[in-house]
Amino acid sequence: MRDTLLSIRHLSIALPAGADRDYAVEDISYDVARGEIMCVVGESGSGKSMAANALMGLLPKGVRATGGEIDFDGQDLLSLTEKQHRDLRGLRIGMIFQEPMTALNPLMRVGDQIGEVFEAHNRLTPKERQARALELLVEVGIPQPEKAIRAYPFELSGGQRQRVMIAMALALEPELLIADEPTTALDVTTQAQILDLIGDLQRRHGMAVMFITHDFGVVAEIADRVCVMRHGRIVELGAAQTVLSSPQDPYTRDLIEAIPSDVIPEARGAETDTPLLEVSGLDKVFRSRGGLFKPSREVHALRDVSFSLVKGETIGIVGESGSGKSTLGRCVVRLERPDRGTLSLSGTDFMHLRGEALRRERHRVQMIFQDPYASLNPRTRVGMAIAQGPIANGMARPEALARADELLELVGLGGTADRFPHEFSGGQRQRIGIARALAMNPELIVADEAVSALDVSIQAQILDLLEELKQKLSLSLLFITHDLRVAAQICDRIIVMQHGRVVEQGPAREVFLAPREAYTRQLLEAIPGREHELADA
Amino acid sequence: MSFFARFAQNRGALVGLIILVGIILMAILAPLLFPESPWRMVQRPFLPPLQTDGFPLGTDTMGRNVAAGLMHGAWVSLLIGLVSTTVALAIGVPLGAIAGYYGGLVDDALMRFTEFFQTIPNFALAIVLVAIMQPSITSIVLAIALVSWPPVARLVRAEFMSLRHREYVEAARLVGQTNTTIILRQILPNTLSPIIVLASLMVATAILLESALSFLGLGDPNVMSWGYMIGAARTVIRQAWWLSFFPGVAILLTVLALNLVGEGLDDALNPKLARERS
Repeated sequence: MRDTLLSIRHLSIALPAGADRDYAVEDISYDVARGEIMCVVGESGSGKSMAANALMGLLPKGVRATGGEIDFDGQDLLSLTEKQHRDLRGLRIGMIFQEPMTALNPLMRVGDQIGEVFEAHNRLTPKERQARALELLVEVGIPQPEKAIRAYPFELSGGQRQRVMIAMALALEPELLIADEPTTALDVTTQAQILDLIGDLQRRHGMAVMFITHDFGVVAEIADRVCVMRHGRIVELGAAQTVLSSPQDPYTRDLIEAIPSDVIPEARGAETDTPLLEVSGLDKVFRSRGGLFKPSREVHALRDVSFSLVKGETIGIVGESGSGKSTLGRCVVRLERPDRGTLSLSGTDFMHLRGEALRRERHRVQMIFQDPYASLNPRTRVGMAIAQGPIANGMARPEALARADELLELVGLGGTADRFPHEFSGGQRQRIGIARALAMNPELIVADEAVSALDVSIQAQILDLLEELKQKLSLSLLFITHDLRVAAQICDRIIVMQHGRVVEQGPAREVFLAPREAYTRQLLEAIPGREHELADA
Repeated sequence: MSFFARFAQNRGALVGLIILVGIILMAILAPLLFPESPWRMVQRPFLPPLQTDGFPLGTDTMGRNVAAGLMHGAWVSLLIGLVSTTVALAIGVPLGAIAGYYGGLVDDALMRFTEFFQTIPNFALAIVLVAIMQPSITSIVLAIALVSWPPVARLVRAEFMSLRHREYVEAARLVGQTNTTIILRQILPNTLSPIIVLASLMVATAILLESALSFLGLGDPNVMSWGYMIGAARTVIRQAWWLSFFPGVAILLTVLALNLVGEGLDDALNPKLARERS
């Protein structure tokens, strides 16, 4: 047994009165040994980040630890003063956050931000700081470190920014590194690189790593030990291999099963071969308006995209951020107007419609949006939100409202029509969004990252609902996602996009089992936890 | 829960409403309690408050009854504040909404027009307008409205710009709602909070602007207003403090009451807050 660095004993953290439960975490105990990666897994609201916040002395206002202790190398962290905490942070405990965009100061050069860590702890001379910052950037594998050190955060990509964050966390060689969802905001291929980097640095420095995540795929990739949390309690704790291969607790089992894990999709064919949507040679260029002294900028979001969708079929459009997949979806529903090409919907030219004509045809293609919190008007009751579409198309108000009731029933939210959106959870709002799309009796539904913002177990429920509705109403779906596992679950055919081009398209099974293009293979290999599942199969 | 019950849950708003009702009552009861014109000289000048029967607030430099002036002035001040704000909103909200929603050239044109008004100092423009149109209640209301709509347009435009790309607005476009419906039903209700807060402050500013105009002698010569009273008393503020103090307090209370009521309205109209408190 390696020696224990951090030991949490019977820790309870109370939430302020009026929160949805009394304790953020209740009576939790776990250890982190030197040189191991401990993954704390849980869905949103499970309290998985709370222990880490407590040991960093960064609990939100009104939240405090009420019992238990956190022992860090012989020191009780809960009894430290603010100053002692500050000395500990950075020096012996480093931290990486989820959003590399907001965790860095946008007005400060990368090198200065790393140097600031030394400055805060009165280490080194300014010159040495810059030299050390450069070494760190080399270590975290940033391309062209000499250039990167002079760069501002906005000049770097998300993955590079996360590397800078890691460099900052490593600056003073901490014994414990806390990583709070460090890869959640990143693309799969970038995520795979960052996970490799963290694993590699951990081995080289012999650090202990406390890795907080919601993704069991990530756990399979890097964890030595796992702690599964739910509603502020630990439901399972043990070695990663054991927990993943034979989970004891039913909740853990659900979570692992909820990951769309059958990377190998079943062979499915469309029932008919009536083409519904035909897209060919679609081009879209975004131009930013130039000013007096600044030239206008052009971004090619779509280049010569062609595909067709048969009635009753689900096509998955897969790609990383910036691949143009969302633009494609927005062009299909005509929220954007493509520059060139053809876009036809069961024979109607859908691309050149404008104004009033477009408004009248819009009901034929509907969209389910990504963010369940932004996609519903906070001041409109959900029944009305669903009924507004049919009303705008001439249905009588009472009839439309009655139909809204039926649709809410259909998506499993019967009798809630007179509530406001904020009274629903994220998953429930997404169901409302689906009901709203269905209210128009569309021929085609475009789902733009419709499950990306949801927890895995909720994700599975929504995917099941979509599958069920597909069978019942014989829907045609254009499913846009960055998550190949999700695509594998629901799609008949897959289109892989990169830099605005279609890289590969074909039946889902073929694309997954025998990818023709290097980029597709790269995407597939980057799926976290893949080896684990294959070893299982 | 009824709208009023939600409104009344905000204690401050209730207090504001009571003050406001009091001021409106003052305005209504003025002709009954003081049937004589407030301009009439009825007593010796410079009577201090609470010393002579029938003159609880004393008399001014010309021997006019301060209490009568205060009550008659309530009507004018409120009228000017509310009407000019309504007119300013009626100009600013549609302009801002259209500029923010459509963007592009429409936005450019409307905003250059707005800036044209913004580059001229408010008060100077108001003076010029009143002077050209001859001082009267109508010209004062109009002048105040014309100088106070640009901030409304700017605010509404900014709100519309940030809201028009929200997913729920895009969803509304997708189901085929017309632009008018989207502006009125989807976006405008979500910009209410800042508009209400701004409007309550604008009523206050309008009352103060009218005071300032009256102070310069550009008030309507036929009606008594709080602003005129303060303006007329400025030269004697050291000898007769009560002449500017009482109308000053009246303006302060009105402005405060309007702010409180505005805040309460905003809370009551927000479904999220309303449900949380219930």
